[in-house]
Amino acid sequence: MLRGLGAEIVVPGRRLADRLWGIGLTALGGAVLVVAGLIVLQLTRLSAPVLHQAGLLSFVTSKKWDVVNDTFGAAAYVYGTLVTSTVALLFAMPVAVGLALFLTEMTKPQFRPIIAFPLELLAGIPSVVYGLWGLFVLVPVLRDPIEPFLARTLGFLPFFKGPPIGLGFLAAGVILAIMILPTITAISIEVLRTVPGSLREAALALGATRWEAIRVAVLPYARTGIIGGIILGLGRALGETMAVTMVIGNAPQISASLFAPGYSLPAVIANEFAEASGALHTGALAALGLLLFGVTLLLNAAARLLVRVATGGAKRVAA
Amino acid sequence: MRLSACLAAATLAFGAAARARAADTILITGAGATFPAPLYQKWFSDYNKAHPSIQINYQAIGSGGGIKGITERTVDFGASDAPLTEEQMAKAGDIQHIPTVMGAVVVTWNEPDVKSLKLSPETLAGIFLGKITTWNDAAIAKDNPGATLPATPLSVAHRSDGSGTTSIFTDYLSKAAPEWKEKVGKGTSVNWPTGLGAKGNDGVTGMVKATRGSIGYVELLYANQNKLPVAELKNHDGNFVKPTLEGVAAAAAAVEMPADYRVSITDSPGKQAYPIASFTYLLVPKDNPNLEKGTALLQFIHWAVHGGQKDAAPMDYAPLPKAVVTRVDATLKQLKVGGKEVLAHSK
Repeated sequence: MLRGLGAEIVVPGRRLADRLWGIGLTALGGAVLVVAGLIVLQLTRLSAPVLHQAGLLSFVTSKKWDVVNDTFGAAAYVYGTLVTSTVALLFAMPVAVGLALFLTEMTKPQFRPIIAFPLELLAGIPSVVYGLWGLFVLVPVLRDPIEPFLARTLGFLPFFKGPPIGLGFLAAGVILAIMILPTITAISIEVLRTVPGSLREAALALGATRWEAIRVAVLPYARTGIIGGIILGLGRALGETMAVTMVIGNAPQISASLFAPGYSLPAVIANEFAEASGALHTGALAALGLLLFGVTLLLNAAARLLVRVATGGAKRVAA
Repeated sequence: MRLSACLAAATLAFGAAARARAADTILITGAGATFPAPLYQKWFSDYNKAHPSIQINYQAIGSGGGIKGITERTVDFGASDAPLTEEQMAKAGDIQHIPTVMGAVVVTWNEPDVKSLKLSPETLAGIFLGKITTWNDAAIAKDNPGATLPATPLSVAHRSDGSGTTSIFTDYLSKAAPEWKEKVGKGTSVNWPTGLGAKGNDGVTGMVKATRGSIGYVELLYANQNKLPVAELKNHDGNFVKPTLEGVAAAAAAVEMPADYRVSITDSPGKQAYPIASFTYLLVPKDNPNLEKGTALLQFIHWAVHGGQKDAAPMDYAPLPKAVVTRVDATLKQLKVGGKEVLAHSK
């Protein structure tokens, strides 16, 4: 019955203007795909010489990057990108979600702007300023006392070994955490505000404490949206260039220790592209771009899958 | 109908305005090396004041970008610290190198207990290869007899971005230290065996200043501006020399200049020669099809190698030797614009 009604409404709408409008919007939507496709195409074309020489697998797994001898391997850069992003998420996630919960569940709405405003300000700071702050404030503090302290207390773990230089994975991870904090928090706040009040009330009425109400009623409802915010934050962390290159130490090496200097995919592209000469070097940098594209795509897909599994799980529980 | 008439009129008017503007100013664009950029900016601005109709726009995007730009002819001239390789020459077509000034790369350090430092190429290579790891290493002690050296660990700072500075520095090490040549080689970015990378001369300067026990290389200009200590390096003749503009000039005087100016003056012979020095070049087409721009560019270059040279020394660049200027004059007369040698009859 309803469906028939809908069809009746649509049919008279099929006038020329509507059709043109529809075509126009489809074209605009399609343009996104075309642009993404062209980027991949161009990167593939540029990186063909290197991938042809070494093969994709050995390019990804080799860690030797020697421009002079035209030997290119991306492993150290991929590793650096993944490690710094992971560290950033580990730091940012609990703080951001906690902050969002505090602002939506615990405080009065009128206090929200007091924290929300500086948070938005944080999102607007240019990354080079974060980098400078990292270099002149964060790195000296990490060098002494934070890293020596970590080495003394948690030094039995492989992550906290080696000389405390300050520059390295840890510094880059912390900077990234601060940079993605506003993104994740802002989205989490918006999502948490959409949780119907009746859910909380129902939980509280059943005798739940405030924390139990959050855990049982609020978080499951908001989970998908919060994960979406985390994905957006992760995207920023993966692609961040300037701030990372200023504090990571720019040494292409793989080390389990977070104190060690490393390198990341976007940083090496930015550093070397201007002076790259020869098809192989340029090609290798383009291949790194392709790889970054791939890593971002994979992580996004994985996160989406996670969301689907998580929400599917929730439905099963509800049923 | 009226609309198209309006459009036509507007197009005509716009075209006329564009032509009028083109007649007023000649806009020349260039791109390339960052190392001589401060001096070039001063030159272009001074030259524009003297010749208001000629405006030169320079983008300091790095030598690699400059070579790319002139190869694809998207700019009117390129600029590079290192001369083009054979492969690059083949791609770039008929390109002329014109040396403009010379510069030096210096070794600087941050270890308050080391007041002055002398380094032989073997020791310098050892440090940057990661084989010498403390300040009181026997190799450093041998170069600095009588000095008391602390046991502080050495940390190496190098450029993370591809750069002409790195190219000059590694060119020197490749010539003077066989082990460096075999293990690392020369280039705008190399596979550093040790150390931390920082972006730009200012990045390396900052890293050296912030880290006790560190050692790095920067351009002479940066060391002087930041009052950093500079090491005396053992040159080809076995003398330890401080980086000075005279030392750079001596290095240039000792090598024979080839016809196309593509020469490296690192590790030059000569008592006073400072070993890490280099020419920096403008890259111009041998035959520029654009009459106005081409002529203006050649006239500018003529001014740069004569009147412009007095600006070099105050900004820590070494002016061209007289012999090279004479050679450049001859070259400029042979360069063509639209098939004609436009400067052939100038003095």
